[in-house]
Amino acid sequence: MSDPIKVYPSKPQKVYYFGTCLVDMFYPDAGIAGVELLEREGIEVIFPQGQTCCGQPAYTSGYHDEARSVAQAQLDLFPEDWPIVVPSGSCGGMMRKHYPALFKDTPQATQAAEIAGRVWELTDFLLNVCHIKLEDLGDPVTVAMHTSCSARREMGVAEVGPALLGQLKNVNLVEQIRPEECCGFGGTFAVRHPEISAAMVSEKVDTLVDTGTQEFVTTDCGCLMNIAGYAEKNGKPLQGQHIISFLWERTRGNQGGQS
Amino acid sequence: MSETTAHAHPHVDVKEFHPRAHAAIHNPKIRQNFRKAMDGLMAKRTAAFEGWDLETLRDLGANIRLKALSNLPDLLEQLEQKLTENGIKVHWAVDGDEACRIVRDICVARDAKSVIKGKSMVSEEMELNHYLQDHGIEALESDLGEYIVQLADETPSHIIMPAIHKNTGEISELMHEKTGTDLSNDVEYLTASARQQLREKFMNADVGVSGVNFAVAETGTLCLVENEGNGRMTTTVPKCHIAVTGIEKVVPSLEDVSALLALLTRSATGQHITTYFNMISSPRKGEELDGPEEVHVVLVDNGRSSIYQDDELLDTLRCIRCGACMNHCPVYTRVGGHTYGTTYPGPIGKILMPHLIGLDEGRHLPTASSLCGACGEVCPVKIPIPDLLVRLRQESVDGDRLHPAKVRGHGAKRSTGEAMIWKGWAWMHASPGIYRLGTGVAAKFRALQPSKAGAWTDFRTVPKLAPKTLHQRMKERGQ
Repeated sequence: MSDPIKVYPSKPQKVYYFGTCLVDMFYPDAGIAGVELLEREGIEVIFPQGQTCCGQPAYTSGYHDEARSVAQAQLDLFPEDWPIVVPSGSCGGMMRKHYPALFKDTPQATQAAEIAGRVWELTDFLLNVCHIKLEDLGDPVTVAMHTSCSARREMGVAEVGPALLGQLKNVNLVEQIRPEECCGFGGTFAVRHPEISAAMVSEKVDTLVDTGTQEFVTTDCGCLMNIAGYAEKNGKPLQGQHIISFLWERTRGNQGGQS
Repeated sequence: MSETTAHAHPHVDVKEFHPRAHAAIHNPKIRQNFRKAMDGLMAKRTAAFEGWDLETLRDLGANIRLKALSNLPDLLEQLEQKLTENGIKVHWAVDGDEACRIVRDICVARDAKSVIKGKSMVSEEMELNHYLQDHGIEALESDLGEYIVQLADETPSHIIMPAIHKNTGEISELMHEKTGTDLSNDVEYLTASARQQLREKFMNADVGVSGVNFAVAETGTLCLVENEGNGRMTTTVPKCHIAVTGIEKVVPSLEDVSALLALLTRSATGQHITTYFNMISSPRKGEELDGPEEVHVVLVDNGRSSIYQDDELLDTLRCIRCGACMNHCPVYTRVGGHTYGTTYPGPIGKILMPHLIGLDEGRHLPTASSLCGACGEVCPVKIPIPDLLVRLRQESVDGDRLHPAKVRGHGAKRSTGEAMIWKGWAWMHASPGIYRLGTGVAAKFRALQPSKAGAWTDFRTVPKLAPKTLHQRMKERGQ
């Protein structure tokens, strides 16, 4: 009944990296930052060039045939038994939680279930598998964090981001009110119900601004383009970046940080 | 059927979701009333579960409901037998109209002219008040929230707190206009005034109609959870009591009630226990001085047995109607209960109503969610609401050849245009070479990226394409 308990593997020599389509086209710096962090931990990162998208947009829109054909195109990319690391709670959640349901009653059912069990959200992997130790080389800064709903509820990593930021001695993490409330992205929800989505993101932006910071970090690029895009369009003093970019930029040049 | 089409339902077009959402979002009073109320309810729930092993309790709640549902036909038979043994008359209604007719027939047989009602969402589902009024029988709501909603000629905007969309000032004005009470912001005064008016109605009502929270099969007991005492009055003062309930409310034994009750009151209002918990097991017995002479139960199906046919959708019927899903829903908080246009609003409404009204009428309901999962996280019986929303989205576009849709009205939202877009999208994303070519070209010509992207850019800037894709940069790194 409950979700399967997460059993963290021991730190592997190699991982597969599933970059996600949003990172691919809009935030490749975040994708590279993730690769750099993993490599600094002494892990070889394999990036299958055949990867495209996890299939989630079609899945949550109800087009499961289309979602399945796209997801199926990813299944053969991870033949070895290495963990699959994803810089997104949302895409990670799709692969870990929904692939087994999507491929139920198909010839790929076993393969999909096996792959699902190897999928890890990147910050969770860095903290709980790599046991990363971060050394902060940046100037003092105050930031807020928005954990995506899928990172929080599907991947169960709500404590991970704050724990990683907590390792950075010059970073002051402030918390907005209702941190657990959705930013209003929700994939196609944002365009099917634009006014409701806008009502949600406007309050999210206000609560972030109310913390007094002008910077936020987030686990997911969907939330990032929603929150930062709303702030930019409406002239709010708030800028965002992927937490992975932030962690890498604060600690880069530090080659001795791994455990 | 001619009888049923004759009574005038206040018609709400469920499909007109967007205009209602627009109006609610731009109504500061609605926004404020809901935000404030939902924040309060969320905080109360959290406080009420402090010190409890909530996950274990939710697992227990889910298991009790699953066990009951897995054995539903037998439990209903047992319930009918026990109720009958206890002297309670059992009626079965296939839909809301039949349930209305049953209630009316009981009233007519007793020459009843007035009905007092305790809170019952199933009676809202049946639109019982209008039906009775159309047939010359007065039906008065006695739950304070329902009473206010009835005065305003509205429907409940929340399943536990029907008038939550109104603040004290609005309620005071309404009562002043309709019943002549003085304008006041004193909640005690307003409550006392409503109570006084209701007392008289209780004494003169011919029939009391209530809902049921749990129907216990083993003992034939009807459990009713409430705070105002109006439920007890409704079920004991009039000479005839009619309980209406959905067929899914049955549980095997009294033991099962304790865990569900602990979950229900804490999830709903953050109370450890409600002021009243009624257990009704028979009409007045010979030597007793009070209580109704007749007790009836109307067991209403109204689409529930079709939900029951499907292993996944079945989870919808676990619901114990606490309302925690709506209290925690960021969409419900923004648009309020009336926007949905359905008896049950919010997340539970989105997964339940399509079965009651069809997916054609309810086509927008499953889409009105960001799938944030807050509802599933707080559900005391662990209904996987987000998964059921996705299932209903699939059903509404006939989107899965492997698992053909079966809900009434499925496929109503499918449009050739959208289907073509997803086909094209799938073709590109299932062909890595084409995908890399397409994204590479987009990156190269990013200067031509349009600054408008439909509804997205009404409220936000468009994210900028990067000069090189991650694929290209990884290739440069030798991958």
